[in-house]
Amino acid sequence: MLLREVEYAKPTSVADALALLAANDGARALAGGQTLLNVMKARAASPDMLVDLNGLEELKGIELAGDGTLTIGAMTTYTELMGSAEAKARPILAEVVGTIADVQVRNRGTVGGNCCANDPTNHLPPLMAAIGARFTIAGAGGEREVPAEDFFLGVYLTAVGPGELLTRIAIPAGKHDGFAAVTLGVDGTCICNAAASVNGGVRVALGCVDAVPVVVQPASADEAAVRDAVRGATLQPPSDVHASAEYRTHLAEVLAVRAARQAQERT
Amino acid sequence: MSSHSVKVTINGVEYERDVDARKLLIHFVRDDLDLTGSHIGCDTGNCGACSMIVDGTLVKSCMMLAVQTDGATIETVEGLADGDKLSPLQQAFSDHHALQCGYCTPGMLMSATALLRENPTPSEEEIRKALQGNICRCTGYWNIFEAVKAAGR
Repeated sequence: MLLREVEYAKPTSVADALALLAANDGARALAGGQTLLNVMKARAASPDMLVDLNGLEELKGIELAGDGTLTIGAMTTYTELMGSAEAKARPILAEVVGTIADVQVRNRGTVGGNCCANDPTNHLPPLMAAIGARFTIAGAGGEREVPAEDFFLGVYLTAVGPGELLTRIAIPAGKHDGFAAVTLGVDGTCICNAAASVNGGVRVALGCVDAVPVVVQPASADEAAVRDAVRGATLQPPSDVHASAEYRTHLAEVLAVRAARQAQERT
Repeated sequence: MSSHSVKVTINGVEYERDVDARKLLIHFVRDDLDLTGSHIGCDTGNCGACSMIVDGTLVKSCMMLAVQTDGATIETVEGLADGDKLSPLQQAFSDHHALQCGYCTPGMLMSATALLRENPTPSEEEIRKALQGNICRCTGYWNIFEAVKAAGR
């Protein structure tokens, strides 16, 4: 498919990328492109300029600090995350990205792109919300750090504003995490998903049921407590060709229980 | 029009062309370079018929811009055989009747080539996982798995 005409720039530093994004209202960052290029084919978005982030080594890489904090560069691909020795500190990350689409998409798609796209059916927004990720956003005025609950703002909308870039994601230590989804075919698009983290308190984040992940904090990871917490959120998910609102509400509860059980039982 | 000079090496041959920024890699390779072995099935990143190996990494070439490959080394299905001599994987596809209409075959071959480089003796489960991004509309998956398994031995 022929895209609409678009300018293209491949900056060699984050500073140059920020300058290009700030100078062009219609500019958009191009990460792995596994969502954006399809969006452009469908004419759902037509940026005037693509600022290709693939030359920015500063945005790559995974580091594990002494206190167990994992820092993942925004341009880290799913495949890189799956192969990372450091990322094994939080096993759920590689497990979940290993179920996104297929090899080719995982080779190009990025952790930052998945979060910034914030499609309500994406895997990583609920996971990041459950495990308490913190997002570093760079802009003309320097860097700021935003917790997950303030990062995901709406459908396709995050705290990354015009002229800004997500540079890295920090994930605290912990490993008792779970994730469960009902998808369209094996490793397909999520109809409903849930991520759970039992590290100290219990946090469960539900995906595909609202514009942003819905976080609930059950009193415990036990089935009854998790069901109560999800019911307490009085979800009003959308109906579509894949699932009615009623069915999605049912799935959210079941998947929350499965994710919490996986988190609790992980050794 | 945003035109960029792109230099790529495809199957050992160097090409240099001016390319419009909006052009997808698959269209550049097929339309500008006349390498029509890679197919366009869906043009939406679902079917995998356009799979190529770019700098050692398997990608769907409808999900990348041509301009992004400046300086890259690309492998397409045309590069697998040595003259008339099929690669072991291609020979295994022939021996096991792993193609019916053949439309998905270029992508299947590139995905399986990438798999066998990383994992020369994959299990059936690993083959299935590796070929997940490639759809065969004839649904002839079984013989494809058999061929990949045989080529890996």
